[in-house]
Amino acid sequence: MKAPPFEYIKPGSLDEVFSLLDRYGDDARILAGGQTLMATLNMRLSEPQLLIDIGSIEGLRGISLLDGCVSIGAMTRHSEIEDSAVIAEYLPLLSMAAPHVAHRAIRNRGTLGGSLAFSDPAAEWPACTVALDATIVLVGKGGERRVKAGDFFLDLYTTAMQPDEIIKACEFPLPASSSRSAFLELARRHGDYAIVGLAATGRLQGGVLTDLHLVFLGTANTPVRARAAEARIEGNVLDSTVLDSAKSALTTELLPAADLYNGAQTKLHLAGVLMGRALKQLLV
Amino acid sequence: MADSMVVQMVVNGIRVEKHVEPRMHLVDFLRDTLEIKTVRVSCEHGFCGACTLRVDGDIVRGCLMLAVQAQDCEVETVDGASDRGDLLDLQEAFYKRNAAQCGFCTPGMLLTASALLRERPNATREQVREYISGNYCRCTGYHSIVDAVCEVLEVRRLAGVSQ
Repeated sequence: MKAPPFEYIKPGSLDEVFSLLDRYGDDARILAGGQTLMATLNMRLSEPQLLIDIGSIEGLRGISLLDGCVSIGAMTRHSEIEDSAVIAEYLPLLSMAAPHVAHRAIRNRGTLGGSLAFSDPAAEWPACTVALDATIVLVGKGGERRVKAGDFFLDLYTTAMQPDEIIKACEFPLPASSSRSAFLELARRHGDYAIVGLAATGRLQGGVLTDLHLVFLGTANTPVRARAAEARIEGNVLDSTVLDSAKSALTTELLPAADLYNGAQTKLHLAGVLMGRALKQLLV
Repeated sequence: MADSMVVQMVVNGIRVEKHVEPRMHLVDFLRDTLEIKTVRVSCEHGFCGACTLRVDGDIVRGCLMLAVQAQDCEVETVDGASDRGDLLDLQEAFYKRNAAQCGFCTPGMLLTASALLRERPNATREQVREYISGNYCRCTGYHSIVDAVCEVLEVRRLAGVSQ
């Protein structure tokens, strides 16, 4: 279908964005890359009065290597993350996850900030930010504030952002040299919404994994960190007993709902399969 | 109805300036305002890839972008790319392998395949399948499309080696 009528404005400054958000409240939507927003407008799932295109605002785009972290601007395209040598070197988890974000034509427009703000339960970036202990930098009229990714995703399409804030950037701490990462996803067609996905990071020392972060996507309203399963694996040599024990821990903390094609039991089983595969990759 | 806005862009090398409603998709602007019918409109929510076109050199979905967002952009459809000879070997391979059946998906397939050739010159057959997975062929003629793309990849690779 065609989108319902709306006004469109492309402000040149953040002050202008905040005054528009003030004036229009819930009737305004921020337009970043538009790859989700446009689809939902075309399906008439919402009818905002105004779209505020933040594509012209300075300082929201780009990948920078800073002291102790890599900062990715909110308006950085998925394809820029996919192609970045800095990301490949310092944050390989993101390089592995990027090809799973829809298709190249969509990755050329969609943005990191848009994905985090929308917080789709099957999206890749929210799980990656939790797995990498990233910090989300928000900006509003009152200035900036920082929220840890683990505290950012609250519920279905619900984040810790206030209505008068936008995402400015996401800061990823530089992983230690012993860090390993793996990103795996199952979908009906490559690039489709994930049935189950897993962003996994950990440190490999003396043949065992520590500091594990096993963060599942597509299994709940938000990314889920499987802390009980992590605890069964950390510090242990990964044999079939340890893996089975971790899988049984997973059943206590992952409670996926069925989707149109897959039952809850199937999803839980697939999550265990992905965990086994990811752990093998982390051990290399 | 929202007030119309003026939008300027370069389409297939020609500068255009038109009044559009803000809600008008770029694909509808090209088809209905400029009457460029090779860019297809189909699912209108980003799934099928029929509306694939180039904006500033990158492939995008024409149904997930507004015409007003293309202000000051260089937009290219299969017509412009074809006229420049940019797709010649791909088009020949598609023709030879009968990779265009009804032809509906073909403009999007060609532009997606040309992006793949540029970005992933060493792609394997499996990677070709992944890359074009965002473009539906309603005739399900995927094998001949993948064959055609793989042939061009191979020919270009060999040409690169011999140079």
